[in-house]
Amino acid sequence: MASDNPELEDDDQEAVRRPYSMPPVTPASLGKEGGKRKLRFYGHGMPYLKDLEVKGHLIVIEGPDASGRSTHTTTIQAKLEADGHAVLGTGLKRSELISEGIIEAKGNLGVGKRTLSLFYAADFADQLENKIIPALEAGYVVLADRYIYTLMARNNVRGIERRWSRSLFGFTPIPDLIFYLDVKPEELVHRVFQKNSILDYYESGMDIGLSDDMYKSFLIYQGKMAKEFEKMKKLFGLQFIDGNRAIEQVDADLQARIDGFLNRQR
Amino acid sequence: MMDQTKRAGNGGAGRSQIGAGTSTRKKRAESDWDPAAGRLIAVEGVDGSGKSTQLHLLEQWLRHQNLKVFKTEWNSSETVKEITSRGKKKGLLTPTTFSLLHATDFADRYERNILPLLEAGYFVLADRYIFTAYARDIVRGCHPGWVRKIYSYAAKPDVTLYFRVPVDVAVSRILAGRPKLKYYEAGMDMNLSNDPYESYRIFQGRIVEQYESMVESEGLIAIDANRGIEEQQVEVRARVTKLFGEGGTGQMATGALRGYGQR
Repeated sequence: MASDNPELEDDDQEAVRRPYSMPPVTPASLGKEGGKRKLRFYGHGMPYLKDLEVKGHLIVIEGPDASGRSTHTTTIQAKLEADGHAVLGTGLKRSELISEGIIEAKGNLGVGKRTLSLFYAADFADQLENKIIPALEAGYVVLADRYIYTLMARNNVRGIERRWSRSLFGFTPIPDLIFYLDVKPEELVHRVFQKNSILDYYESGMDIGLSDDMYKSFLIYQGKMAKEFEKMKKLFGLQFIDGNRAIEQVDADLQARIDGFLNRQR
Repeated sequence: MMDQTKRAGNGGAGRSQIGAGTSTRKKRAESDWDPAAGRLIAVEGVDGSGKSTQLHLLEQWLRHQNLKVFKTEWNSSETVKEITSRGKKKGLLTPTTFSLLHATDFADRYERNILPLLEAGYFVLADRYIFTAYARDIVRGCHPGWVRKIYSYAAKPDVTLYFRVPVDVAVSRILAGRPKLKYYEAGMDMNLSNDPYESYRIFQGRIVEQYESMVESEGLIAIDANRGIEEQQVEVRARVTKLFGEGGTGQMATGALRGYGQR
Protein backbone atom coordinates (compact mmCIF):
# COMPACT_ATOMS: atom_id res chain seq x y z
CA MET A 1 0.00 0.00 0.00
CA ALA A 2 1.13 3.57 -0.47
CA SER A 3 3.02 5.10 2.40
CA ASP A 4 1.57 8.14 4.13
CA ASN A 5 1.11 10.95 1.70
CA PRO A 6 1.25 14.35 3.37
CA GLU A 7 -1.11 15.64 0.71
CA LEU A 8 -3.92 13.50 1.93
CA GLU A 9 -6.34 14.44 4.69
CA ASP A 10 -6.41 12.24 7.76
CA ASP A 11 -9.52 10.49 6.52
CA ASP A 12 -7.88 9.73 3.21
CA GLN A 13 -4.65 8.54 4.84
CA GLU A 14 -6.68 6.01 6.70
CA ALA A 15 -8.59 5.12 3.61
CA VAL A 16 -5.46 4.47 1.61
CA ARG A 17 -4.20 2.23 4.37
CA ARG A 18 -7.54 0.58 4.93
CA PRO A 19 -10.31 1.77 2.65
CA TYR A 20 -13.77 1.23 4.09
CA SER A 21 -13.83 -2.09 5.81
CA MET A 22 -12.41 -4.12 2.96
CA PRO A 23 -8.98 -4.50 1.46
CA PRO A 24 -8.34 -2.03 -1.35
CA VAL A 25 -10.73 -2.62 -4.19
CA THR A 26 -9.80 -0.69 -7.24
CA PRO A 27 -11.17 -1.82 -10.58
CA ALA A 28 -7.83 -3.40 -11.46
CA SER A 29 -8.04 -5.69 -8.50
CA LEU A 30 -11.46 -7.01 -9.42
CA GLY A 31 -9.78 -9.35 -11.81
CA LYS A 32 -10.99 -11.00 -14.95
CA GLU A 33 -14.47 -12.28 -14.48
CA GLY A 34 -16.40 -13.33 -17.51
CA GLY A 35 -19.99 -14.39 -17.09
CA LYS A 36 -22.02 -13.70 -13.99
CA ARG A 37 -20.39 -12.20 -10.96
CA LYS A 38 -21.48 -10.66 -7.72
CA LEU A 39 -21.84 -6.88 -7.74
CA ARG A 40 -19.52 -5.22 -5.26
CA PHE A 41 -20.22 -1.99 -3.48
CA TYR A 42 -18.13 0.74 -1.94
CA GLY A 43 -19.86 0.39 1.38
CA HIS A 44 -22.92 -1.34 2.71
CA GLY A 45 -24.58 -1.30 -0.68
CA MET A 46 -28.31 -1.90 -0.61
CA PRO A 47 -29.00 -4.76 1.81
CA TYR A 48 -32.48 -5.30 0.49
CA LEU A 49 -31.10 -6.31 -2.90
CA LYS A 50 -30.14 -9.89 -2.27
CA ASP A 51 -27.66 -11.91 -4.29
CA LEU A 52 -27.13 -9.37 -7.01
CA GLU A 53 -25.38 -10.94 -9.97
CA VAL A 54 -24.42 -9.03 -13.06
CA LYS A 55 -23.13 -9.87 -16.50
CA GLY A 56 -22.53 -6.34 -17.76
CA HIS A 57 -19.77 -3.84 -17.10
CA LEU A 58 -19.81 -0.38 -15.62
CA ILE A 59 -17.54 2.16 -17.25
CA VAL A 60 -17.36 5.65 -15.86
CA ILE A 61 -16.12 8.78 -17.58
CA GLU A 62 -15.47 11.61 -15.18
CA GLY A 63 -14.29 15.12 -15.71
CA PRO A 64 -15.35 18.74 -15.43
CA ASP A 65 -17.95 20.42 -17.56
CA ALA A 66 -16.68 20.98 -21.10
CA SER A 67 -13.92 18.40 -20.69
CA GLY A 68 -15.52 16.46 -23.52
CA ARG A 69 -17.27 13.76 -21.55
CA SER A 70 -20.51 13.84 -23.45
CA THR A 71 -18.74 13.98 -26.79
CA HIS A 72 -16.56 11.01 -26.02
CA THR A 73 -19.32 9.03 -24.37
CA THR A 74 -21.45 9.37 -27.51
CA THR A 75 -18.61 8.30 -29.78
CA ILE A 76 -17.68 5.37 -27.60
CA GLN A 77 -21.26 4.22 -27.31
CA ALA A 78 -21.61 4.18 -31.08
CA LYS A 79 -18.41 2.20 -31.51
CA LEU A 80 -19.31 -0.32 -28.84
CA GLU A 81 -22.72 -0.85 -30.34
CA ALA A 82 -21.14 -1.31 -33.75
CA ASP A 83 -18.97 -3.97 -32.11
CA GLY A 84 -22.07 -5.75 -30.91
CA HIS A 85 -22.31 -4.64 -27.29
CA ALA A 86 -25.57 -3.51 -25.77
CA VAL A 87 -24.84 -0.11 -24.27
CA LEU A 88 -26.71 2.13 -21.87
CA GLY A 89 -25.67 5.74 -21.34
CA THR A 90 -26.49 7.46 -18.02
CA GLY A 91 -25.60 10.74 -16.37
CA LEU A 92 -26.08 12.97 -13.35
CA LYS A 93 -29.27 15.00 -13.35
CA ARG A 94 -30.82 12.72 -15.92
CA SER A 95 -33.11 10.92 -13.56
CA GLU A 96 -36.66 11.20 -14.78
CA LEU A 97 -37.82 11.46 -11.26
CA ILE A 98 -35.71 14.11 -9.77
CA SER A 99 -33.80 16.03 -12.39
CA GLU A 100 -36.37 18.78 -12.61
CA GLY A 101 -36.14 19.22 -8.90
CA ILE A 102 -32.39 19.60 -9.01
CA ILE A 103 -32.64 22.22 -11.67
CA GLU A 104 -35.14 24.12 -9.58
CA ALA A 105 -33.03 23.76 -6.49
CA LYS A 106 -29.99 25.04 -8.29
CA GLY A 107 -32.03 27.96 -9.51
CA ASN A 108 -33.12 28.66 -5.97
CA LEU A 109 -29.98 30.07 -4.45
CA GLY A 110 -31.31 29.61 -0.96
CA VAL A 111 -30.76 25.87 -1.07
CA GLY A 112 -27.98 24.75 1.24
CA LYS A 113 -24.92 22.73 0.31
CA ARG A 114 -25.91 19.67 2.16
CA THR A 115 -29.41 19.77 0.76
CA LEU A 116 -28.14 19.98 -2.80
CA SER A 117 -25.65 17.19 -2.21
CA LEU A 118 -28.40 14.92 -0.92
CA PHE A 119 -30.60 15.83 -3.83
CA TYR A 120 -27.90 14.69 -6.22
CA ALA A 121 -27.42 11.54 -4.22
CA ALA A 122 -31.14 10.78 -4.40
CA ASP A 123 -31.12 11.35 -8.15
CA PHE A 124 -28.14 9.08 -8.44
CA ALA A 125 -29.75 6.35 -6.37
CA ASP A 126 -32.84 6.53 -8.53
CA GLN A 127 -30.84 6.04 -11.72
CA LEU A 128 -28.75 3.38 -10.13
CA GLU A 129 -31.62 1.18 -9.09
CA ASN A 130 -33.97 1.83 -11.96
CA LYS A 131 -31.49 1.91 -14.83
CA ILE A 132 -27.90 1.02 -14.10
CA ILE A 133 -28.29 -2.11 -12.03
CA PRO A 134 -30.99 -3.68 -14.19
CA ALA A 135 -28.84 -2.96 -17.25
CA LEU A 136 -25.83 -4.58 -15.62
CA GLU A 137 -27.92 -7.59 -14.69
CA ALA A 138 -29.02 -7.87 -18.30
CA GLY A 139 -25.45 -7.78 -19.57
CA TYR A 140 -25.26 -4.21 -20.83
CA VAL A 141 -22.15 -2.11 -20.93
CA VAL A 142 -23.18 0.91 -18.92
CA LEU A 143 -21.40 4.12 -19.86
CA ALA A 144 -21.81 6.52 -17.00
CA ASP A 145 -21.26 10.16 -17.79
CA ARG A 146 -19.94 11.06 -14.32
CA TYR A 147 -20.37 9.05 -11.16
CA ILE A 148 -19.97 9.64 -7.43
CA TYR A 149 -16.48 11.13 -7.72
CA THR A 150 -17.69 14.46 -9.05
CA LEU A 151 -20.33 14.52 -6.33
CA MET A 152 -17.79 13.80 -3.62
CA ALA A 153 -15.35 16.33 -5.03
CA ARG A 154 -18.07 18.97 -5.08
CA ASN A 155 -18.92 18.20 -1.47
CA ASN A 156 -15.30 18.29 -0.37
CA VAL A 157 -14.62 21.63 -2.03
CA ARG A 158 -17.67 22.98 -0.23
CA GLY A 159 -16.48 21.91 3.18
CA ILE A 160 -18.72 18.91 3.68
CA GLU A 161 -16.96 16.23 5.71
CA ARG A 162 -15.23 13.62 3.55
CA ARG A 163 -16.22 10.74 5.76
CA TRP A 164 -19.81 11.77 5.47
CA SER A 165 -19.70 11.80 1.68
CA ARG A 166 -17.95 8.47 1.48
CA SER A 167 -20.41 6.88 3.83
CA LEU A 168 -23.28 8.40 1.88
CA PHE A 169 -22.15 6.82 -1.37
CA GLY A 170 -21.57 3.45 0.23
CA PHE A 171 -24.66 2.25 -1.62
CA THR A 172 -22.96 2.54 -5.00
CA PRO A 173 -21.32 -0.28 -6.98
CA ILE A 174 -17.62 -0.24 -7.73
CA PRO A 175 -17.20 0.41 -11.46
CA ASP A 176 -15.08 -1.74 -13.74
CA LEU A 177 -13.29 1.20 -15.34
CA ILE A 178 -13.06 4.81 -14.28
CA PHE A 179 -11.62 7.46 -16.57
CA TYR A 180 -10.97 11.05 -15.63
CA LEU A 181 -10.64 13.59 -18.41
CA ASP A 182 -7.90 15.82 -17.14
CA VAL A 183 -8.08 19.27 -18.71
CA LYS A 184 -6.26 22.37 -17.47
CA PRO A 185 -8.66 24.98 -16.04
CA GLU A 186 -7.30 27.58 -18.46
CA GLU A 187 -8.16 25.32 -21.37
CA LEU A 188 -11.50 24.39 -19.85
CA VAL A 189 -12.72 27.92 -19.61
CA HIS A 190 -12.20 28.40 -23.33
CA ARG A 191 -14.17 25.29 -24.08
CA VAL A 192 -16.98 26.45 -21.84
CA PHE A 193 -17.13 29.75 -23.69
CA GLN A 194 -17.16 27.96 -27.01
CA LYS A 195 -20.10 25.91 -25.83
CA ASN A 196 -22.13 28.40 -23.91
CA SER A 197 -20.55 31.84 -23.82
CA ILE A 198 -21.53 32.03 -20.17
CA LEU A 199 -20.13 30.40 -17.07
CA ASP A 200 -22.37 28.28 -14.90
CA TYR A 201 -22.76 29.63 -11.37
CA TYR A 202 -22.12 26.37 -9.57
CA GLU A 203 -19.42 25.15 -11.91
CA SER A 204 -17.63 28.40 -11.18
CA GLY A 205 -17.98 27.85 -7.46
CA MET A 206 -19.73 31.18 -7.06
CA ASP A 207 -21.81 29.77 -4.23
CA ILE A 208 -18.73 29.44 -2.05
CA GLY A 209 -17.53 32.97 -2.48
CA LEU A 210 -14.11 32.30 -3.97
CA SER A 211 -14.13 35.56 -5.84
CA ASP A 212 -16.56 38.23 -6.91
CA ASP A 213 -15.24 37.80 -10.40
CA MET A 214 -16.81 34.81 -12.06
CA TYR A 215 -13.88 34.09 -14.33
CA LYS A 216 -11.41 34.10 -11.45
CA SER A 217 -13.81 32.07 -9.39
CA PHE A 218 -14.08 29.48 -12.15
CA LEU A 219 -10.34 29.02 -12.33
CA ILE A 220 -9.95 28.71 -8.58
CA TYR A 221 -12.88 26.33 -8.29
CA GLN A 222 -11.82 24.07 -11.13
CA GLY A 223 -8.33 24.05 -9.70
CA LYS A 224 -9.71 22.82 -6.38
CA MET A 225 -11.83 20.20 -8.11
CA ALA A 226 -8.79 18.99 -10.02
CA LYS A 227 -6.90 18.64 -6.75
CA GLU A 228 -9.72 16.56 -5.35
CA PHE A 229 -9.55 14.22 -8.31
CA GLU A 230 -5.83 13.97 -7.89
CA LYS A 231 -6.44 12.77 -4.34
CA MET A 232 -9.06 10.30 -5.49
CA LYS A 233 -6.83 8.84 -8.17
CA LYS A 234 -5.16 6.32 -5.94
CA LEU A 235 -8.09 5.80 -3.62
CA PHE A 236 -10.43 4.77 -6.37
CA GLY A 237 -8.14 3.73 -9.18
CA LEU A 238 -9.01 6.52 -11.59
CA GLN A 239 -7.32 6.40 -14.98
CA PHE A 240 -6.27 9.93 -15.89
CA ILE A 241 -6.68 10.75 -19.56
CA ASP A 242 -5.01 13.84 -20.97
CA GLY A 243 -8.04 15.74 -22.19
CA ASN A 244 -6.00 18.67 -23.43
CA ARG A 245 -5.34 16.80 -26.69
CA ALA A 246 -7.42 16.77 -29.85
CA ILE A 247 -10.77 14.99 -29.73
CA GLU A 248 -9.63 12.15 -31.98
CA GLN A 249 -6.60 11.42 -29.84
CA VAL A 250 -8.65 11.31 -26.65
CA ASP A 251 -11.25 9.13 -28.35
CA ALA A 252 -8.60 6.71 -29.54
CA ASP A 253 -7.04 6.55 -26.09
CA LEU A 254 -10.33 5.83 -24.36
CA GLN A 255 -11.47 3.37 -26.98
CA ALA A 256 -8.24 1.42 -26.80
CA ARG A 257 -8.45 1.08 -23.05
CA ILE A 258 -12.09 0.10 -23.10
CA ASP A 259 -11.67 -2.40 -25.92
CA GLY A 260 -8.66 -3.84 -24.13
CA PHE A 261 -10.68 -4.32 -20.99
CA LEU A 262 -13.73 -5.81 -22.70
CA ASN A 263 -11.60 -8.19 -24.70
CA ARG A 264 -9.97 -9.44 -21.54
CA GLN A 265 -13.40 -10.27 -20.15
CA ARG A 266 -14.10 -12.82 -22.85
CA MET B 1 -33.25 11.04 35.47
CA MET B 2 -32.26 10.33 31.93
CA ASP B 3 -29.61 12.70 30.80
CA GLN B 4 -29.87 14.37 27.48
CA THR B 5 -28.01 12.92 24.53
CA LYS B 6 -25.00 14.77 23.24
CA ARG B 7 -25.30 17.00 20.29
CA ALA B 8 -23.75 15.61 17.14
CA GLY B 9 -20.47 17.32 16.46
CA ASN B 10 -18.54 17.82 13.28
CA GLY B 11 -17.56 14.46 11.78
CA GLY B 12 -13.95 15.53 12.00
CA ALA B 13 -13.89 16.55 15.62
CA GLY B 14 -11.30 19.09 16.51
CA ARG B 15 -10.74 20.36 12.99
CA SER B 16 -11.58 23.93 12.22
CA GLN B 17 -13.25 22.98 8.95
CA ILE B 18 -16.84 24.08 9.07
CA GLY B 19 -19.06 21.53 7.45
CA ALA B 20 -22.16 22.78 5.79
CA GLY B 21 -24.97 22.80 8.34
CA THR B 22 -22.85 21.28 11.09
CA SER B 23 -23.80 22.19 14.60
CA THR B 24 -21.02 23.46 16.77
CA ARG B 25 -23.20 23.69 19.86
CA LYS B 26 -21.75 21.96 22.83
CA LYS B 27 -23.58 20.01 25.46
CA ARG B 28 -24.59 22.28 28.26
CA ALA B 29 -24.61 21.36 31.90
CA GLU B 30 -28.10 21.68 33.27
CA SER B 31 -27.02 24.28 35.73
CA ASP B 32 -25.77 26.85 33.28
CA TRP B 33 -28.89 27.41 31.25
CA ASP B 34 -28.33 30.29 28.96
CA PRO B 35 -31.49 32.26 28.28
CA ALA B 36 -30.17 33.16 24.83
CA ALA B 37 -29.62 29.60 23.69
CA GLY B 38 -32.14 27.71 21.64
CA ARG B 39 -33.63 24.39 22.58
CA LEU B 40 -34.51 21.51 20.32
CA ILE B 41 -37.45 19.38 21.40
CA ALA B 42 -38.54 16.46 19.31
CA VAL B 43 -41.53 14.18 19.50
CA GLU B 44 -41.56 10.72 18.01
CA GLY B 45 -44.00 7.88 17.74
CA VAL B 46 -46.16 6.12 15.20
CA ASP B 47 -49.09 7.88 13.57
CA GLY B 48 -51.97 7.80 16.01
CA SER B 49 -49.76 7.97 19.08
CA GLY B 50 -51.01 11.47 19.83
CA LYS B 51 -47.60 13.09 19.60
CA SER B 52 -48.74 15.93 17.37
CA THR B 53 -51.48 16.89 19.77
CA GLN B 54 -49.04 16.94 22.63
CA LEU B 55 -46.57 18.98 20.65
CA HIS B 56 -49.23 21.47 19.76
CA LEU B 57 -50.17 21.92 23.41
CA LEU B 58 -46.54 22.29 24.31
CA GLU B 59 -46.15 24.91 21.63
CA GLN B 60 -49.08 26.90 22.99
CA TRP B 61 -47.69 26.73 26.48
CA LEU B 62 -44.27 27.95 25.43
CA ARG B 63 -45.74 30.77 23.37
CA HIS B 64 -47.78 31.75 26.36
CA GLN B 65 -44.51 32.28 28.21
CA ASN B 66 -43.57 34.70 25.46
CA LEU B 67 -40.78 32.44 24.34
CA LYS B 68 -39.71 32.33 20.73
CA VAL B 69 -41.02 29.10 19.31
CA PHE B 70 -40.85 27.45 15.91
CA LYS B 71 -42.44 24.19 14.91
CA THR B 72 -41.19 22.03 12.07
CA GLU B 73 -42.81 18.94 10.60
CA TRP B 74 -41.49 15.94 8.76
CA ASN B 75 -41.61 16.04 4.96
CA SER B 76 -42.50 19.67 4.80
CA SER B 77 -39.81 21.12 2.58
CA GLU B 78 -41.52 22.72 -0.38
CA THR B 79 -38.55 22.11 -2.64
CA VAL B 80 -38.56 18.41 -2.09
CA LYS B 81 -42.22 17.79 -1.52
CA GLU B 82 -43.31 17.94 -5.11
CA ILE B 83 -40.72 15.46 -6.20
CA THR B 84 -41.45 13.06 -3.43
CA SER B 85 -45.14 13.06 -4.25
CA ARG B 86 -44.44 12.63 -7.93
CA GLY B 87 -42.25 9.67 -7.20
CA LYS B 88 -44.74 8.20 -4.80
CA LYS B 89 -47.49 8.32 -7.40
CA LYS B 90 -45.39 6.43 -9.89
CA GLY B 91 -44.44 3.78 -7.34
CA LEU B 92 -40.85 4.26 -8.40
CA LEU B 93 -39.21 4.93 -5.11
CA THR B 94 -36.77 2.37 -3.86
CA PRO B 95 -35.77 2.30 -0.19
CA THR B 96 -32.49 4.07 -0.89
CA THR B 97 -34.05 6.78 -3.03
CA PHE B 98 -36.88 7.22 -0.56
CA SER B 99 -34.43 7.51 2.28
CA LEU B 100 -32.34 10.07 0.43
CA LEU B 101 -35.33 12.19 -0.52
CA HIS B 102 -36.37 12.36 3.11
CA ALA B 103 -32.80 13.16 4.01
CA THR B 104 -32.85 15.97 1.46
CA ASP B 105 -36.07 17.35 2.91
CA PHE B 106 -34.60 17.23 6.38
CA ALA B 107 -31.34 18.84 5.29
CA ASP B 108 -33.27 21.68 3.70
CA ARG B 109 -35.25 22.33 6.86
CA TYR B 110 -32.21 21.90 9.02
CA GLU B 111 -29.91 24.22 7.11
CA ARG B 112 -32.52 26.91 6.58
CA ASN B 113 -34.74 26.72 9.63
CA ILE B 114 -33.74 24.50 12.48
CA LEU B 115 -30.08 25.37 12.89
CA PRO B 116 -30.37 29.13 12.36
CA LEU B 117 -33.33 29.29 14.71
CA LEU B 118 -31.52 27.33 17.39
CA GLU B 119 -28.61 29.65 17.09
CA ALA B 120 -30.97 32.59 17.36
CA GLY B 121 -32.29 31.25 20.65
CA TYR B 122 -35.61 29.76 19.56
CA PHE B 123 -37.38 26.75 20.95
CA VAL B 124 -37.55 24.51 17.95
CA LEU B 125 -40.25 21.88 18.18
CA ALA B 126 -39.86 19.03 15.76
CA ASP B 127 -42.81 16.84 14.96
CA ARG B 128 -40.68 13.85 14.08
CA TYR B 129 -36.94 14.07 13.83
CA ILE B 130 -34.06 11.88 12.68
CA PHE B 131 -35.36 8.90 14.64
CA THR B 132 -38.30 8.70 12.26
CA ALA B 133 -35.80 8.30 9.43
CA TYR B 134 -33.91 5.65 11.33
CA ALA B 135 -37.07 3.67 12.01
CA ARG B 136 -38.66 3.91 8.58
CA ASP B 137 -35.52 3.48 6.50
CA ILE B 138 -34.29 0.52 8.50
CA VAL B 139 -37.68 -1.17 8.31
CA ARG B 140 -37.47 -0.71 4.53
CA GLY B 141 -34.12 -2.48 4.49
CA CYS B 142 -31.54 0.28 4.45
CA HIS B 143 -28.38 -0.37 6.40
CA PRO B 144 -28.68 1.12 9.92
CA GLY B 145 -25.11 2.44 9.94
CA TRP B 146 -25.62 4.09 6.60
CA VAL B 147 -28.83 5.81 7.66
CA ARG B 148 -27.36 7.09 10.90
CA LYS B 149 -24.32 8.49 9.19
CA ILE B 150 -26.47 10.50 6.79
CA TYR B 151 -27.99 12.37 9.72
CA SER B 152 -24.82 12.57 11.78
CA TYR B 153 -24.33 16.27 11.03
CA ALA B 154 -27.59 17.20 12.73
CA ALA B 155 -27.78 18.33 16.33
CA LYS B 156 -29.37 15.82 18.66
CA PRO B 157 -32.46 17.15 20.42
CA ASP B 158 -32.26 18.46 23.97
CA VAL B 159 -35.12 16.12 24.67
CA THR B 160 -36.89 13.56 22.53
CA LEU B 161 -40.29 12.42 23.70
CA TYR B 162 -41.31 9.06 22.35
CA PHE B 163 -45.03 8.49 22.61
CA ARG B 164 -45.36 4.86 23.37
CA VAL B 165 -48.67 3.29 22.61
CA PRO B 166 -49.65 -0.28 21.75
CA VAL B 167 -49.57 -0.68 17.97
CA ASP B 168 -53.20 -1.76 17.82
CA VAL B 169 -54.34 1.34 19.64
CA ALA B 170 -52.42 3.64 17.29
CA VAL B 171 -53.52 1.77 14.19
CA SER B 172 -57.18 1.74 15.14
CA ARG B 173 -57.08 5.48 15.79
CA ILE B 174 -55.85 6.02 12.26
CA LEU B 175 -58.00 3.43 10.56
CA ALA B 176 -61.13 4.36 12.46
CA GLY B 177 -62.78 6.08 9.53
CA ARG B 178 -61.58 3.51 6.95
CA PRO B 179 -59.49 6.20 5.29
CA LYS B 180 -57.76 5.59 1.98
CA LEU B 181 -54.21 4.66 2.78
CA LYS B 182 -51.51 5.77 0.40
CA TYR B 183 -49.20 3.20 -1.14
CA TYR B 184 -46.01 4.01 0.70
CA GLU B 185 -47.84 5.02 3.86
CA ALA B 186 -49.22 1.51 4.09
CA GLY B 187 -45.82 0.01 3.37
CA MET B 188 -47.20 -1.66 0.26
CA ASP B 189 -43.78 -1.49 -1.38
CA MET B 190 -42.56 -4.05 1.12
CA ASN B 191 -44.95 -6.82 0.12
CA LEU B 192 -46.16 -7.40 3.64
CA SER B 193 -49.72 -8.06 2.56
CA ASN B 194 -52.02 -7.50 -0.37
CA ASP B 195 -54.46 -5.80 1.91
CA PRO B 196 -53.42 -2.19 2.60
CA TYR B 197 -54.82 -2.23 6.12
CA GLU B 198 -53.06 -5.42 7.03
CA SER B 199 -49.90 -4.10 5.43
CA TYR B 200 -50.19 -0.90 7.43
CA ARG B 201 -50.61 -2.83 10.65
CA ILE B 202 -47.54 -4.93 10.05
CA PHE B 203 -45.53 -1.93 8.89
CA GLN B 204 -46.40 0.13 11.97
CA GLY B 205 -45.58 -2.84 14.16
CA ARG B 206 -42.10 -2.97 12.72
CA ILE B 207 -41.67 0.76 13.18
CA VAL B 208 -42.54 0.35 16.84
CA GLU B 209 -39.91 -2.37 17.15
CA GLN B 210 -37.35 0.05 15.78
CA TYR B 211 -38.38 2.81 18.17
CA GLU B 212 -38.25 0.46 21.13
CA SER B 213 -34.76 -0.64 20.20
CA MET B 214 -33.67 3.00 20.15
CA VAL B 215 -35.08 4.14 23.48
CA GLU B 216 -31.98 3.38 25.44
CA SER B 217 -29.32 3.83 22.77
CA GLU B 218 -30.65 7.18 21.61
CA GLY B 219 -31.86 8.43 24.95
CA LEU B 220 -35.52 8.73 24.01
CA ILE B 221 -37.90 9.49 26.85
CA ALA B 222 -40.80 7.11 26.61
CA ILE B 223 -44.11 8.71 27.44
CA ASP B 224 -47.04 6.44 28.16
CA ALA B 225 -49.39 7.59 25.44
CA ASN B 226 -52.20 5.38 26.57
CA ARG B 227 -53.32 7.99 29.07
CA GLY B 228 -55.52 11.05 28.80
CA ILE B 229 -54.30 14.09 26.93
CA GLU B 230 -54.01 16.33 29.95
CA GLU B 231 -52.19 13.73 32.00
CA GLN B 232 -49.64 13.31 29.25
CA GLN B 233 -49.21 17.04 28.84
CA VAL B 234 -48.35 17.44 32.50
CA GLU B 235 -45.52 15.02 32.03
CA VAL B 236 -44.46 16.63 28.76
CA ARG B 237 -44.22 20.03 30.43
CA ALA B 238 -42.33 18.61 33.36
CA ARG B 239 -39.79 17.03 31.04
CA VAL B 240 -39.34 20.23 29.10
CA THR B 241 -39.03 22.32 32.22
CA LYS B 242 -36.09 20.18 33.29
CA LEU B 243 -34.22 21.62 30.34
CA PHE B 244 -33.97 24.89 32.14
CA GLY B 245 -31.91 23.71 35.07
CA GLU B 246 -32.46 24.46 38.72
CA GLY B 247 -35.01 27.20 39.08
CA GLY B 248 -34.82 28.09 35.43
CA THR B 249 -36.92 31.11 34.83
CA GLY B 250 -38.88 30.56 37.98
CA GLN B 251 -42.11 31.03 36.20
CA MET B 252 -41.46 28.08 33.98
CA ALA B 253 -40.28 25.79 36.70
CA THR B 254 -43.22 26.30 38.96
CA GLY B 255 -45.95 28.75 38.10
CA ALA B 256 -46.68 27.58 34.60
CA LEU B 257 -47.25 24.02 35.65
CA ARG B 258 -49.61 24.93 38.37
CA GLY B 259 -53.21 24.87 37.48
CA TYR B 260 -52.87 22.75 34.38
CA GLY B 261 -54.74 19.50 34.63
CA GLN B 262 -55.54 20.19 38.24
CA ARG B 263 -59.09 21.43 38.16
